[in-house]
Amino acid sequence: MSDAPDRLLPLDAWHRARGARMVEFAGYPMPIQYEGILAEHRWTRESAGLFDVSHMGQLIVAGAEAEKGLEAVLPADLAILKEGRLRYSLLLADDGGIVDDLMATRRGDHFYLVVNGATKEGDIAYLTERLPRGVVLDHMKEQALLALQGPKAVEVLARFAPGVEQLGFMTGGAFALGGATVWISRSGYTGEDGFEISLPAARAAAVADLLTDQEEVRPIGLGARDSLRLEAGLPLYGHDLDTTTTPIEADLGFAVSKRRRAEGGFAGWHRIIREIEEGPVRRRVGLAVEGRQPVREGAVVVDADGDEVGKVTSGGFSPMLGTPIAMAYVPAPSVEPGTDIRLVQRGKIFQAKVAPMPFVPHRYHRKGAA
Amino acid sequence: MAVYYTEEHEWISVDGDTATVGITDFAQGQLGDIVFVELPETGRQVTKGGEAAVVESVKAASDVYSPVDGEVVEANAALSDDPSLANSDPEGEGWFFRLRLADRSQLEGLMEAEAYKAFTEAQ
Repeated sequence: MSDAPDRLLPLDAWHRARGARMVEFAGYPMPIQYEGILAEHRWTRESAGLFDVSHMGQLIVAGAEAEKGLEAVLPADLAILKEGRLRYSLLLADDGGIVDDLMATRRGDHFYLVVNGATKEGDIAYLTERLPRGVVLDHMKEQALLALQGPKAVEVLARFAPGVEQLGFMTGGAFALGGATVWISRSGYTGEDGFEISLPAARAAAVADLLTDQEEVRPIGLGARDSLRLEAGLPLYGHDLDTTTTPIEADLGFAVSKRRRAEGGFAGWHRIIREIEEGPVRRRVGLAVEGRQPVREGAVVVDADGDEVGKVTSGGFSPMLGTPIAMAYVPAPSVEPGTDIRLVQRGKIFQAKVAPMPFVPHRYHRKGAA
Repeated sequence: MAVYYTEEHEWISVDGDTATVGITDFAQGQLGDIVFVELPETGRQVTKGGEAAVVESVKAASDVYSPVDGEVVEANAALSDDPSLANSDPEGEGWFFRLRLADRSQLEGLMEAEAYKAFTEAQ
């Protein structure tokens, strides 16, 4: 593990002081768990969990051509994205492969992007190469990122940042919190209602203390973050998505906006539009695995003859369902829910069925919804 | 009853020519929440250092090795039904299987409690 001081996250000591088990992730020591993954997972679904996701890349894209420049590498309709609104999008290669998945927010005169920690350096290099001259890309290395997730997140955060309860899902705004000006959005990676808080690294420990001092909040590690997002059906870059998968294969067609489908003008459009029209040869699906043994990333999908026709890209045990669940790429004829899927892991055969995702219903705070 | 430990974090409790095998408290702590175990069937011949069972936590799958050669005489059905017993009582109710010892002299190469404790502290 490289413990070079410049590769420690702002809350490194904070996690260790709370008994976290640290592991290397995205090049940083990060907390995989505190009290235990199952307990942390359930706590997040029942109350509220605080996640440190400061490893993620926070980027500013500014300049008169920023919108146009980003639209050349993202399939999102940024022209209709309103102030303070977030859009889930995909950074695309010319062949339609996914370079990264990200959140883009229109924020005043610039766009604010949150990209994956393990891919941020590559994203910055790619964006630098592809964005037009005059567009300024700033990597906000001095910002930390916290996520407060769960059904009680809103009441806790509104105690310290009144007004956050007014935010709808996938919107954000500037708030005062713990003596700092922070950016809070109603978004997350658990399927629960919750918030993501971008704040100065120097204030991260004070804000983390403030929130975890509330009886509803416990710190949650990366282990539960992974099991929560799997139940929520949300893909993880580097596992369920990579440069060999396209948005349509990944079942992320919703991220390719209507205007952009019609007009094109973004990397990979030709392949993506063909896959929209003709259907992809394979697709990411959810799997409900029979029995109790988890099937994990790397297990293969086989046909009746035992030949490999796909692969499991994420898999584990669902704490809420009490059964094994997985995501896999399967051939196009096998994507309908209920289809029988045969898997092989370490020489052993497992039976599974294609299952709708999310595995556990989302509970986002959508305005106008009950 | 004498209890011995392996470097792979199994314990073996010997009673006459039969023995009970499980994973140690240290091992369960490292694995985290255990959600599945695959135990050997009765009658199976296991070998010292050979794979005998599988334990799956939320995080990952791990093999459990037999500390000695022998024939499996019983698997812990209660553990199959409730794998979390391996977390809550790893060196008691959470035992994995019982075997009939093939060669008692193999026990001599295993650690006793003191030595195992020192071994885990060095991990």
